[in-house]
Amino acid sequence: MTLKNTWWKALGALLLIYVSIAGLIGEVPRLPILNETIRNTYFHVPLWFGMMTLMTVSMVKSFQYLRKGDIDLDHSAFSHAHVALLFGVLGFVSGAVWGNYTWGSPLPIDPKIIAVEVGMLIYSAYFILRGSFEDEQKKARLSAIFNIFAYAAFMPLVWILPRVTESLHPGNGGNPAFGKYDMDNLMKLVFYPAVIGWILIGLWISNLKQRIQKLVYDKQNT
Amino acid sequence: MKDILALLGKELTLEWRNKYAFNGMILYLVSTVFICYLSFRIKSNALSPPVWNTLFWIIILFTAINAISKSFSQESKNRQGYYYSLVSPEAVILSKLLYNFILMLILTFIGFGIYTLFLLNPVQDIPLYLLSLALGALGFTGVLTLVAGIASKAENTGSLMALLSFPIIIPMLLMLMRLSKNAMDGLAFSVSRDEIMTLVGIDVIVIALSFILFPYLWKS
Repeated sequence: MTLKNTWWKALGALLLIYVSIAGLIGEVPRLPILNETIRNTYFHVPLWFGMMTLMTVSMVKSFQYLRKGDIDLDHSAFSHAHVALLFGVLGFVSGAVWGNYTWGSPLPIDPKIIAVEVGMLIYSAYFILRGSFEDEQKKARLSAIFNIFAYAAFMPLVWILPRVTESLHPGNGGNPAFGKYDMDNLMKLVFYPAVIGWILIGLWISNLKQRIQKLVYDKQNT
Repeated sequence: MKDILALLGKELTLEWRNKYAFNGMILYLVSTVFICYLSFRIKSNALSPPVWNTLFWIIILFTAINAISKSFSQESKNRQGYYYSLVSPEAVILSKLLYNFILMLILTFIGFGIYTLFLLNPVQDIPLYLLSLALGALGFTGVLTLVAGIASKAENTGSLMALLSFPIIIPMLLMLMRLSKNAMDGLAFSVSRDEIMTLVGIDVIVIALSFILFPYLWKS
């Protein structure tokens, strides 16, 4: 358990170190308006990928909990959702800083931003729901149900809504997507490792959090 | 199937015998609309079509939350245990969904009537608007019934209900407002086809999930 599963953690850490260095000093295309802020692509965008992955893992764990009733799975769902929310906040903040310099406002009216605000509300509600039960099994079952339901309601919001309305984000509402022309091959060399690195780090943090939860839970119940 | 009909009949009889609950909902609608009438129409006559639409959907949303939040909490734990031993959870959720859908349909249509009575009727394409009302009633029912089930298990049911359902309902509400705005402007049906498809899709997802997840909820 301890030594076998370390390679992906090391990989995640190394990738992020590489991304931090290469992302900040590497060569990037000179584009109007974006200028040097294009480097935020290595941090803002992968954070969203990480958040989506963690939310999906959390949903799957909730589903497995309902099938099997193992309390560890519930702890896992909780910690993944928690880190997903943390990534969401980080992505939100990095996006606000970026938007401030490129779009002229930290919070322009944009369906993707609305979607993310709603997503953070949904997951906050999930934590409130967890807090309002005493009984562990009841808490786990009901919050798992809500988690699955919330995921199903959140995904159309993120994937469908921005595509049918005007959006400032690339790839939505007629704007060109990434990779069309503003990302050259040199950037891709940093961007893809960044995505993988952030996802792995997110999983690692969730894993640690879950183990702490398990320890606390075991201590309370002995 | 027989169980579903029996349970649905039970819900309807229950509602019929306690008419004050239903009348309470109607009164709630009337007084909310009247407050809007006082504050928007008489004072300044400043109700542009988008505001008109948004206000209507917010009234419907609050009415829906009030109407559906009692669907599980009004029956005692013992009686629920009794149902548990008699019928399958699928029958229970289907009957609740059907009943709430009928209730919401009646409430939204009455609400629309009262609202247009007090605050005029700028809608140009009434059939499409009514379709958006029906889709809205279906979607609200799907989301709120399951959330009511979750919230009824906790202590602070009332606040938890609003807290859990608002964020989940927002995507649906945005689509509904867009569709009904199209209906208000009298745009061609083909313009709204995307919205209708998306709404039907969300409704189907939500109802299918309530159906799948309810048995787990019922167990506790």
